[in-house]
Amino acid sequence: MTALLTIIIVLFVAVALWQMVKIFDLAQVGSSNTQIADDKDNKINGYLMIGFLIFIYAITIVSFIYLGDLPLVSNSASEHGPGLDSLMVISMIVIFIVQIVTQFLLHYFAFKYRGEKGKKALFYADNNKLEAIWTGIPVVVLAGLIMYGLFTWNDIMTIDTEDDPLVIELYAQQFNWKARYGGEDNVLGKANVRLIDIDRANILGVAEDDPNAQDDVIVTELHLPKGRPILFKMRSQDVLHSAYMPHFRAQMNCVPGMVTQFSFTPTMTTDEMRQTEEIKEKVQNINKIRAEKSKELAASGEQPLDPYEFDYLLLCNKICGKSHYNMQMKIVVETEEEFNAWMAEQQKFANSLLN
Amino acid sequence: MSAAIDTHVHDDHEVHHHKETFITKYIFSQDHKMIAKQYLITGVIIMGIIGIFMSLMIRMQIAWPEKSNVIFETFLGKWAPEGVMDADIYLALVTIHGTLMVFFVLTAGLSGTFSNLLIPLQLGARDMASGFLNMISYWLFFISCVVMIASFFVEFGPAAAGWTIYPPLSALPMAQPGSGSGMTLWLVSMAIFIASSLLGSLNYIVTVLNLRTKGMSMTRMPLTIWAFFITAVIGVISFPVLLSAALLLIMDRSFGTSFFLSDIFIQGEVLHYQGGSPVLFEHLFWFLGHPEVYIVLLPALGITSEIIATNSRKPIFGYRAMILSILAIAFLSTIVWGHHMFISGMNPFLGSVFTFTTLLIAIPSAVKAFNYITTLWKGNLQMNPAMLFSIGLVSTFITGGLTGIILGDSALDINVHDTYFVVAHFHLVMGISALYGVFAGIYHWFPKMFGRMMNKNLGYLHFWVTAICAYGVFFPMHFIGMAGLPRRYYTNSNFPLFDDTTNTQVVITMFALVAGAVQLVFLYNFISSIFYGKKAEQNPWRSNTLEWTAPVEHMHGNWPGAIPHVYRWPYDYSKPGHDEDFVPQNVPMKDGEEELHH
Repeated sequence: MTALLTIIIVLFVAVALWQMVKIFDLAQVGSSNTQIADDKDNKINGYLMIGFLIFIYAITIVSFIYLGDLPLVSNSASEHGPGLDSLMVISMIVIFIVQIVTQFLLHYFAFKYRGEKGKKALFYADNNKLEAIWTGIPVVVLAGLIMYGLFTWNDIMTIDTEDDPLVIELYAQQFNWKARYGGEDNVLGKANVRLIDIDRANILGVAEDDPNAQDDVIVTELHLPKGRPILFKMRSQDVLHSAYMPHFRAQMNCVPGMVTQFSFTPTMTTDEMRQTEEIKEKVQNINKIRAEKSKELAASGEQPLDPYEFDYLLLCNKICGKSHYNMQMKIVVETEEEFNAWMAEQQKFANSLLN
Repeated sequence: MSAAIDTHVHDDHEVHHHKETFITKYIFSQDHKMIAKQYLITGVIIMGIIGIFMSLMIRMQIAWPEKSNVIFETFLGKWAPEGVMDADIYLALVTIHGTLMVFFVLTAGLSGTFSNLLIPLQLGARDMASGFLNMISYWLFFISCVVMIASFFVEFGPAAAGWTIYPPLSALPMAQPGSGSGMTLWLVSMAIFIASSLLGSLNYIVTVLNLRTKGMSMTRMPLTIWAFFITAVIGVISFPVLLSAALLLIMDRSFGTSFFLSDIFIQGEVLHYQGGSPVLFEHLFWFLGHPEVYIVLLPALGITSEIIATNSRKPIFGYRAMILSILAIAFLSTIVWGHHMFISGMNPFLGSVFTFTTLLIAIPSAVKAFNYITTLWKGNLQMNPAMLFSIGLVSTFITGGLTGIILGDSALDINVHDTYFVVAHFHLVMGISALYGVFAGIYHWFPKMFGRMMNKNLGYLHFWVTAICAYGVFFPMHFIGMAGLPRRYYTNSNFPLFDDTTNTQVVITMFALVAGAVQLVFLYNFISSIFYGKKAEQNPWRSNTLEWTAPVEHMHGNWPGAIPHVYRWPYDYSKPGHDEDFVPQNVPMKDGEEELHH
């Protein structure tokens, strides 16, 4: 019944709009009987072009004022982060310069050369020198950006096993994450989904007879020691997922049937990150929003929201099904000692199996 | 040869005149102008309305997550119990919105309408090379539309794995309900769609190569035709690869092969698949998927070239450079697909290669943008609605294109991949730009299609509101993307981390709703002008191209007498030595007049 009513209302609104537009339409019959732009249209739209140029600049400025603290371009928590951030900032600066200049030229010309009766345009068909200039400048600028980008990329993606990285497997499944540590030998036991044995609680399919697997540690909260290179080995048991750790500027897909990898070195513990100005401000801002929302919720008799405290997160960033929007794992970065203490409390794989 | 066609068509014309029935004229028509209108109504108008309406529902869900909404309750029925949208149907909406807009509206709708209308008319041909194939192409397209829409009425809903339908999600019905019969219908629909697209493209290519009138050399063709021609070539090269990917996926789904699947444990059991790789699917998909962006964009740019030149009363600046950049874009578009896969797990070295080729494609794109701007310079700009949309296209093409420099850079892509930053980028650079191209084309060629004019003031209203909303929607979206907010999330309420983006999401949705509403003004203008618009003159925009030498009333064979011959390029606007500020292509050269482009 509601459905029928809504459809009727939507129809009424559409008819009303139609009639309003029709009135608007009929109201101008006298004023112009040509549907081709005349001098008056050219003038009005010419000025609107300038207005639109101002609008583009305004929305840029307003976005920077109100949303400028959102982008993750500083305060990264990994060793390669600052390099990536400065590449981002430089690319952004280049883009903004080009954007401001070209939008100006486009809209200003549209205003300046608006048509007038009797005026004649300049017959100017081509100029190879100009073409060479605006082929050449992008070539040079882009060559610079490409070189800079490629060096950064190689830097990030080259994995140096000589630094003795801590090896961690990130294991994705609909719709949660697990992490597996190599244990004392820092070597992950072999694993395959065919070895999964739910009855024995071997949920990751780790080879039970592999000596390297016995001291593996499987957890649902990712702990990382500060300052030590981490080598992530990603695995998925069902569909594509993507392990996205925005604060570490890290992301890699998890692909069923193969192991992918990504490596970074965390540089700030969770506590240190919470103490930075950016995060303090962000948390304060978020809590203000949450407090307001809680008031509304309380008014309608629902549970208010908990205050927010900053934590690093691992999110799934590849569409993976119904609960894709809630596939996350908390990341805790701590000092080496804290990490070792935490690790000592964890159960080893061999002991976690049921009979 | 043209003489032979002349007599043939004339004879036919006399005979057919009385025999033409409603069915042969309006339904199973083989006339390119009627087929163009069929594509316009089915592809652009109907599929466009559905696609845009879906995007508004998506936006409402994002802004007011998990809130009861009477619109959801009405249109989604059992998938919105008590008006709260279900998470599975959210993904389905995202998927079908993408599919409809990219393939049905902006590929078939855009190319189908304007390539069909303009290739014969601007080249001086009586019709397409094969009117019959053309008809088949439209009707295959129609069937694929029906199949795609039908997928909303199957038990577990339509495909919901994203428009990129990456397996295993799209391959396994137990991974999500949409991967059952919904996905089957999606694949069947796309297979039919690809057949339609290939028939259309082959027809365009053959027509351009063979049916140009006397004097219409390749370098005297309007840039619209160049764009349509190269678009068709890209389509013929890349669509078959998607077809193969779809067929292999059908095999994996239904016949137990393992092209894309391996080592899968789902819902408590190990599946038999062994040795396949989803990354292979990604390669096959994006081998079409990236050229597809240019299949969408190039026709819009071609339309813009024509409209900007005509309304600036100036030759398009750098005609040769424009052709070269179209060719360069077409070539490069086939070797950049990997930039969608930097973090897919493929070898990082490949990532370096694709970064290089991707940033190269910015060069011909920049050349095009600068040439448009220079065409405006010292022009005598006639601000018709089509011209406004063309200028708007250049504006969004620049804004959206520039962020491509960030996404094309493999290192930077790590942190913005699959976030709202990407959504903002591609909507501006190909979504909005191509839609502007469609609108510009409709306003400009409406007199040619329907013999009447559209209302210009409603056109102005349509443009300015749309233009402001387009920036209002997509500009702030870059910022929430750079905050790390992933796309395709049903709600962000499980991440307090992103609570500071919620207000922006509401603002974006407001802009989107206004933008959606103002399209109704266009719809009114379009429909009422077909019946009540002011009668059009033969050449209302005082344009040079051949379609305006044909009579307003449509007829088989396009021209009542002989086909016009061509003596010059299409951009002799404001040429010194002529009284008028335009010289149509069929006007012979004066004594001693030089052809100024070389």
